[in-house]
Amino acid sequence: MKKIINDPANVVPEMVEGMVRSYPQYIVRVKDTEAVMRADKDSMAGKVGIVSGGGSGHEPTHAGFVGKGILSAAVCGQVFTSPTPDQIYEAIKAVNQGQGVFLVIKNYSGDVMNFDMAKDMADMDDIKVKSIVVDDDIAVENSTFTQGRRGVAGTLFMHKILGAMAQNGASLDEIDATAKKVLPNIKTIAVALSAATNPETGKPGFVLKDNEIEYGVGIHSEPGYRREQIKPAKDLVTELVGKLNDEMHLDQDKKYAVLVNGMGATPLMEQYIFSNDLLNKLAEFNVKPAFMKVGNYMTSLDMAGISLTIFELADDKWLEYLNQPVETIAW
Amino acid sequence: MSLTVKNVIEWMNNFSSKIEQNKQFLSDLDTAIGDGDHGFNMSRGMTAVSQKLSTEPKTITDAFKQIAMTLISTVGGASGPLYGTAFLEMAKKSSTSSDIGDLLDAALTGIKKRGGAEPGDKTMVDVWTVLVSEVKTNTLTQEKIDSAVAATKDLVAKKGRASYLGERSKGHVDPGSQSSGYLFKALLETEGIL
Repeated sequence: MKKIINDPANVVPEMVEGMVRSYPQYIVRVKDTEAVMRADKDSMAGKVGIVSGGGSGHEPTHAGFVGKGILSAAVCGQVFTSPTPDQIYEAIKAVNQGQGVFLVIKNYSGDVMNFDMAKDMADMDDIKVKSIVVDDDIAVENSTFTQGRRGVAGTLFMHKILGAMAQNGASLDEIDATAKKVLPNIKTIAVALSAATNPETGKPGFVLKDNEIEYGVGIHSEPGYRREQIKPAKDLVTELVGKLNDEMHLDQDKKYAVLVNGMGATPLMEQYIFSNDLLNKLAEFNVKPAFMKVGNYMTSLDMAGISLTIFELADDKWLEYLNQPVETIAW
Repeated sequence: MSLTVKNVIEWMNNFSSKIEQNKQFLSDLDTAIGDGDHGFNMSRGMTAVSQKLSTEPKTITDAFKQIAMTLISTVGGASGPLYGTAFLEMAKKSSTSSDIGDLLDAALTGIKKRGGAEPGDKTMVDVWTVLVSEVKTNTLTQEKIDSAVAATKDLVAKKGRASYLGERSKGHVDPGSQSSGYLFKALLETEGIL
């Protein structure tokens, strides 16, 4: 393992310190925690707080999306490990302005349990808390016999929509209702070229042969649905768009937002090549994205690969929310 | 035989050293069907528990409460809330009972409620279900612990990250069941509780 770190046990606190010290205009640390909140506290006055978080190793998610117009706070757990309820609870308290707090949780058993416990703690303090569990990864069959679909890069769109609403003064109930409407419209699928190496274990999450790729891998090296030989970018696009189309039936009369997301070790050059092929492929469906982002937003440490998110903009307001300006590190 | 602050601390210190000795093994089990951090997370938590208990809580209820809150605030992942809930339920039960069987029964109910798992889902619930009954009938042995842990190997995971593997999760021991095995082994070795 070759990494620019000091002590594997300190990667999270040192990273959080690095982020808040590099970007004091956007974020500050919530006292005695690994959570960060907006530096611009005035922007939260009288508004619903939006809190997200999860394991670390997905930077810039989640702390990089804290700021005016998007998240109020983000709680950073250990690498690939959910943050603990006490930390989440501190973040909830720190951003609560009396209008309640909305939690954006990704669908992993640990995250769901820890955020639920934090919600119980906030309930005891009479802080109104509601939440949504994001499960946009279509690689997993949706089944009651499993944990269900994972929350991955599409979570970014949820953050942006709800953050914009909160900034515009929406109530907790309005935010809750929109979150439920947005959720089934976000779908993501990934392809991995190599696994992430967790600094604590020092070992890659899985091993692929030099010429091999795996479709459907999760952001913590969870297994995907198929391995095969590496192919040209346009063929990868065909596979991923095909999977998404099976789920959401791309329609030229509908509007879409698209996120091409690098997994951490994939150069932007490759992401733009992929995006070029993607736009050609979507044109075959007569679809032109109404909103598009390309870059490293929901990474998996040093995993090489790309995820593709398509978000059907079923409500015209959602496009306005996506375009609304924000003051944050990474949007 | 009954619970005292002293033997609860002894039980936890023994559990902590078993976790410490086997943290790489637990993480390797977790790498096969999860995300590879179970040993490290439990080690961080139990080291903190041992430290916390060195301040000598006054009652058994306090001791279990301290264990619970420490695990909840240091372990993270799924194991933190699950083990934390188990000890929190034991703390609650300990105000009306000092019978270890009753306490473990309450813990198991809490674990099932928090994680939503049932026996057969290839989780710590499998080991707890078998071994709590053994504790209650005073028939817990090392062999029974080993076989309860080993029995998770042939199950298909239906909860947690391992569930994404489906059939491929067969052939691997569940890491949470393995660490639970150490908890019961530590209990068996602590004089005066069973």
